[in-house]
Amino acid sequence: MPKIVGLTGDEAVAHAVKQCDVDVIAAYPITPQTIIVETLGDFIANGELNAEMVHVESEHSALSVVTAAALTGARVFTATCSQGLALMFEILYITSGVRAPVVMAIANRALSAPINIHADHSDSMAARDSGWIQLYAENVQEVYDLIFMAYKIAENKEVLLPTMVCLDGFTLTHTLERVEMLDDDVALKYLPKKPTYAHPISIEEPATYGSLALPDYYFEFKIQQEFAMNRAKEVIPKAMEEFTKVSGREYYVYNAYATDDADVIVISLGSTSGTMRSVAKELRKKGIKVGTVALRVYRPFPAKELKEVLSGAKVIVTMDRTLSFGALGGPLFEDLRSLFYDEDRRPLIADVVYGLGGRDLTPSDAKAIFEYGLEIAKTGHIPELVKFVGVRE
Amino acid sequence: MSKLLGWKEMPIGTLILKPGSTEEVKTGDWRTFKPVIDHNKCTRCTLCYYYCPDGSIMLKTENGKVVKVDVDYYHCKGCGICAKICPVKAISMVEEVR
Amino acid sequence: MSISLPKPEYLAPGHAACQGCGATLAIRQALMALRPDEAAIVVVATGCLEVVTTIYPRTSWRIPFVHLAFENAAAGASGIEAALRVLERKGLLKEKKKIHVIAIGGDGGTFDIGLQALSGALERGHKFVYICYDNEAYMNTGIQRSGATPYRAWTTTTPVGSKIPGKPQFKKNLAGIAAAHEIPYVATASPGYHVDLINKMRRALNAPGPALLHILAPCPTGWRYDPSLTVEIARLAVQTRFFPLYEIIYGRKYVVTMPVPKPRPITDYLKLQGRYAHMLRPEMKKDVERLEKVVNEFYEWLMKMSEVTKDLPLPSWYHV
Repeated sequence: MPKIVGLTGDEAVAHAVKQCDVDVIAAYPITPQTIIVETLGDFIANGELNAEMVHVESEHSALSVVTAAALTGARVFTATCSQGLALMFEILYITSGVRAPVVMAIANRALSAPINIHADHSDSMAARDSGWIQLYAENVQEVYDLIFMAYKIAENKEVLLPTMVCLDGFTLTHTLERVEMLDDDVALKYLPKKPTYAHPISIEEPATYGSLALPDYYFEFKIQQEFAMNRAKEVIPKAMEEFTKVSGREYYVYNAYATDDADVIVISLGSTSGTMRSVAKELRKKGIKVGTVALRVYRPFPAKELKEVLSGAKVIVTMDRTLSFGALGGPLFEDLRSLFYDEDRRPLIADVVYGLGGRDLTPSDAKAIFEYGLEIAKTGHIPELVKFVGVRE
Repeated sequence: MSKLLGWKEMPIGTLILKPGSTEEVKTGDWRTFKPVIDHNKCTRCTLCYYYCPDGSIMLKTENGKVVKVDVDYYHCKGCGICAKICPVKAISMVEEVR
Repeated sequence: MSISLPKPEYLAPGHAACQGCGATLAIRQALMALRPDEAAIVVVATGCLEVVTTIYPRTSWRIPFVHLAFENAAAGASGIEAALRVLERKGLLKEKKKIHVIAIGGDGGTFDIGLQALSGALERGHKFVYICYDNEAYMNTGIQRSGATPYRAWTTTTPVGSKIPGKPQFKKNLAGIAAAHEIPYVATASPGYHVDLINKMRRALNAPGPALLHILAPCPTGWRYDPSLTVEIARLAVQTRFFPLYEIIYGRKYVVTMPVPKPRPITDYLKLQGRYAHMLRPEMKKDVERLEKVVNEFYEWLMKMSEVTKDLPLPSWYHV
């Protein structure tokens, strides 16, 4: 009988990590990720988790420690967000470059300045080019589940790319929700077998890791990473399908609601997807044809799957919880516009930037966004490419 | 000139799997002067072996004793440290003529 | 410690180090302290050593070598050390030999950008050896000054100009910083004294916790001297008391392993190096005197510390 408990997002991460039989953890505290490390500390101190927690002196060292540890074939974990993720920035590319299957929880938090500890996606979005797989959770159950899938995907020998599991700061990290846990043996059976790395550090067969590549070779290594990202596009749905089988919970690269005949589909990442779906349900009761797509996998961008689910709509409203200064719109907006550029059936695509620095998106805000989409569907005209929701002039 | 590898044949993750593969590189080409050991003067003290930055002094041993000291001319860069520190001045730096 | 020759060459020749490179010499000597029943994994910071030995597709290393970034050699070593411990606990470690984790950084990757990671690793007490090969500047990027560059040395960012004659600050005291963490073993070494260096590396490997070896690595390219003089300069640094050879045990006991009762004048050391050429000018006499004074003060302080702590016992692992 699977256990049903109340857990906050941070606690859920820690419990999942524990069940994944992680070997080395290194993390530096940063609000709102702190409960993850504290809970893991409890597990280790009580002997519930047989792992080494390296109490590093910065996030930069945290990722360095787990990347190096991963090279020995150990299963590793770290967590951070915001300034911590920004501090790790150079190592993000290195972890991906050496193909270390690190799993990192990102407790999505706004980037300074000004300093702000609340939820937005500017931190993980800034890392979208780094060669990490990015998964976004909508609720605490998904947070818990995605950790297992993250290890399954990252450690897949055809992928071997580090993976981020993103959960909104405070909204998910500190909110208690119902979580159905996997049994320990079910979890271990689902996970890949160790060693986690392709060529674990071996005294018998000594190798050099992290070499220098001149212009005659660098490019090829990057192509290898891109190839792995493409392989991940197939590995991820399979890993999710397998998880569906062992958990009974349906997982796919997105969670779609009422998209088949929707005129307006709103696509979003993270906890806001829940709000959008619940408002969409209300509107549907009134016969208004709206739908939502809660995107779970952001990198690699699931182009094929999104084309299928979105192309029937008249209007797509992308919701970006980050501001890409000076760009034509947010990251999700630009990705989707790119996706449909060559298509015959091209929905109108408009962007909404919302929720920066933890600004709440209320159900009435959500309703207004659907109405905005419906207005565009009626007029066939997008008044402004990017609409800021909830900003005072 | 060896053929450059393509991304499909290269091991992933910047890994170099062949240990000590730089020994293929003929750094001996760098020299203008080469060390020449006078084996009559040489006392097999092995100091040159300890002080060569490139590990290019080869020791021949018999029954655990060093019986001959030779230079690995394939790799020796001709820095001249060995000639400078030899306590019996058994090594001279001779201009390399090719 | 019995010596059987030749020792295994963990660093193969054919690497791209300059002729007469003090860094590769220092590391080659240090690795000779490993016993046949021991294995090592090196984690090396970005810098001369890493760059010259691992240009894809070839590597000089005959032991596992990891390079991540410039400032995290100590963090990388911490990660591997922790992983090996856990893997062993879980019965997943196949290797039977004792595995030593050795972090190696240049003065740049240790004194400056790498100091944070080093301090963290020392504080956490990982069982590893940190070797700093000190060529007294950011050599790999073109001889720019570092915290280890000595007083009045020429570098490309502290050049000898009409207004300022070389670096105005003195060399950072790395051994002191490491010793402040009260780790089992801190030592300075010079590749001009290979027996002293190898013994110290042996002690570092024996130490039941973090150990730091600060090795002077003369650089013909950056210090401007004929490559054949590397060992002579490495010896003169010690003989002039410029780079004293000592050990600090548990941050408390000081041992000067090579006392220099009658030092050579500092100018003997300076005059061999182009980066100090300006020090021989008459207008620099005061700076030379200042340098010599500081060098002798530090040496005398070391001797006093050694005397004051002479009754503290040496730990069992100290004996090679």
